[in-house]
Amino acid sequence: MTVRLDAETLANIPDERGHFGPYGGRFVSETLMSSLLELEAQYEKLKNDPRFQEEFDQDLADYVGRPSPLYFAEHLTRKVGGAKIYLKREDLNHTGAHKVNNTIGQALLAKYLGKPRIIAETGAGQHGVASATVAARLGLECVVYMGAEDVQRQALNVYRMKLLGATVKPVTSGTRTLKDAMNEALRDWVTNVDDTFYIIGTVAGPHPYPKLVRDFQSVIGREARLQCLEKEGRLPDALVACVGGGSNAMGLFYPFIEDANVKMYGVEAGGHGLSTGQHAAPLCAGRPGVLHGNRTYLMEDDNGQIMATHSISAGLDYPGVGPEHSWLKDIGRANYVSATDEEALSAFHTLTRVEGIMPALESSHAIAYAMKLAGEMDRDQVIVVNLSGRGDKDIHTVANLDGIDLF
Amino acid sequence: MSRITSCLSALKDAGKAALIPYVTAGDPNPSATVGIMHTLVEAGADIIELGVPFSDPMADGPVIQLACERALEHGTSLRDVLNMVAEFREKDQKTPVVLMGYLNPVEAMGMDHFIEKAKQAGVDGVLTVDLPPEEADEVVPVFREAGLDAIFLLAPTTTNERIKSAVAHGSGYIYYVSLKGVTGSSALNIEDVSQQLTRIRSLTDMPVGVGFGIKDAESAAAVSKVADGVIVGSALVNTIAENADSSESMHEKVKSLIGSMRSAMDQ
Repeated sequence: MTVRLDAETLANIPDERGHFGPYGGRFVSETLMSSLLELEAQYEKLKNDPRFQEEFDQDLADYVGRPSPLYFAEHLTRKVGGAKIYLKREDLNHTGAHKVNNTIGQALLAKYLGKPRIIAETGAGQHGVASATVAARLGLECVVYMGAEDVQRQALNVYRMKLLGATVKPVTSGTRTLKDAMNEALRDWVTNVDDTFYIIGTVAGPHPYPKLVRDFQSVIGREARLQCLEKEGRLPDALVACVGGGSNAMGLFYPFIEDANVKMYGVEAGGHGLSTGQHAAPLCAGRPGVLHGNRTYLMEDDNGQIMATHSISAGLDYPGVGPEHSWLKDIGRANYVSATDEEALSAFHTLTRVEGIMPALESSHAIAYAMKLAGEMDRDQVIVVNLSGRGDKDIHTVANLDGIDLF
Repeated sequence: MSRITSCLSALKDAGKAALIPYVTAGDPNPSATVGIMHTLVEAGADIIELGVPFSDPMADGPVIQLACERALEHGTSLRDVLNMVAEFREKDQKTPVVLMGYLNPVEAMGMDHFIEKAKQAGVDGVLTVDLPPEEADEVVPVFREAGLDAIFLLAPTTTNERIKSAVAHGSGYIYYVSLKGVTGSSALNIEDVSQQLTRIRSLTDMPVGVGFGIKDAESAAAVSKVADGVIVGSALVNTIAENADSSESMHEKVKSLIGSMRSAMDQ
């Protein structure tokens, strides 16, 4: 299937019902439909409202600290001995990850919609922290749902959320991870739909979320495009980003989508290896289905039950993926690959040692694949990797794996 | 006329509301389900909603989530559920059976294959919680052709425009979700329900079943005064869970809960 990705085609992706080809849509129970329709209508209006855009841009500049630098990782490049590796430094954003770009945007929407309460789901805790942060600033009540297992492995972020005034609710149903946190957030929303805004952290969920999260995160790719042109006088040859739900990847990819010569690589969590079944790589090893309000690639068994996933990184430990990625995969515009726990951990150590930059374990998956890819490319070629978050939150996990007891 | 439509119209002629219990198939174990279905009918059920267990029941509260988990621990699949319906039909050709669940297990089986097998098994209607009318354009005609009723949900938040769309797509009955929340939520407000039903009835003649928040004979009786059908789920599933250790007392308690609702509704 070949789709010409010109501006006209892209303007209709997603279509008015939120479909990216066969993916996306709005598969939720009836109670939520009116809220989704209201959100869509308000978003379409505000998106073109100069006041809203100005406020968003101002917050990104003065509160988040944008633009984030595009850093030439000279030492990593030399070590690998191939294409030039640039890092888009989303780890330098306020709160330490790309997630805040989206929560700033959605909290503004909540404000314009007059909703005094926000809820969020979180895996690694980055989106939870970013939501709690904007809630503190805007004086909104904030409840964050987090899988009980993730509460354990991301204790630092749980405490950060509490310091920010948010209530963290551990979710003990199902597999006790991100997917169950999302189920619980949807249950909260259906119950408190009148006064509550649900800040979804990734480019998944029912329409219009995949679209609006993509739009808010696209600042990453817009900046990277200009910065690469400034530094290299041309566009990059390849983009690399990790994919859990896929918001940092979508944010980097989207502004390059019409540039057919820019290759895109989304790196999924290979866990213990794709052949073991213990991973979180629906695009590499799953099939299309319906979960959490959208049709997309999923990890499911033959009976359509969603499978437990595994990844070293809580933020990638999710059985679904944003519907636009599913579409980009099918039409061949983006490539989806995987990196194992071991490869990600090794990349974590390498980047820390050679560049003095400690990446989040999520982003370490992208670093791992970029190193592999750079080695296969020419020295005059350029790769931009989205360094989506910083690794402080993962120190416990890394120490445990290295057999060190921190506290 | 479908089995559901003729059942509801006969009740209407008799001046009665339908009692529609929900149980999760495979809970507490797969071999118990058909027996429970027969007990429900004996106790006065008119239509049975049989839940298809799903790993991620987003619209359900803790009671039905746990029922799904128990059923899935026993490996209950959609195919198993269809076999249960077929077994139920060996003794009962009269009581309509509606499958209620989420879209993914149906799609994993393949929609066309599912419809064919559901028809063969003796299923009468299908309610897919996460399939709103606008995503159902393609499947509704296939359901119609197979003689299966597609049942859609309405909620307190549903606009008049969407009511019209649900009615145009659906058949059999409309399931009105009495409150904003998940299954097993606190008690419904009968005044609100009554007002909403007046609004819905101004837009359609289709029978309306009301569910969510009906937990005992009293709430069932109150709802039966305003609705065509009374749907009871979590209270029943909870009764099954609490008595799962003894099949005998489970059937007794189920019979007593449903029986008390039946008599309160018919008074």
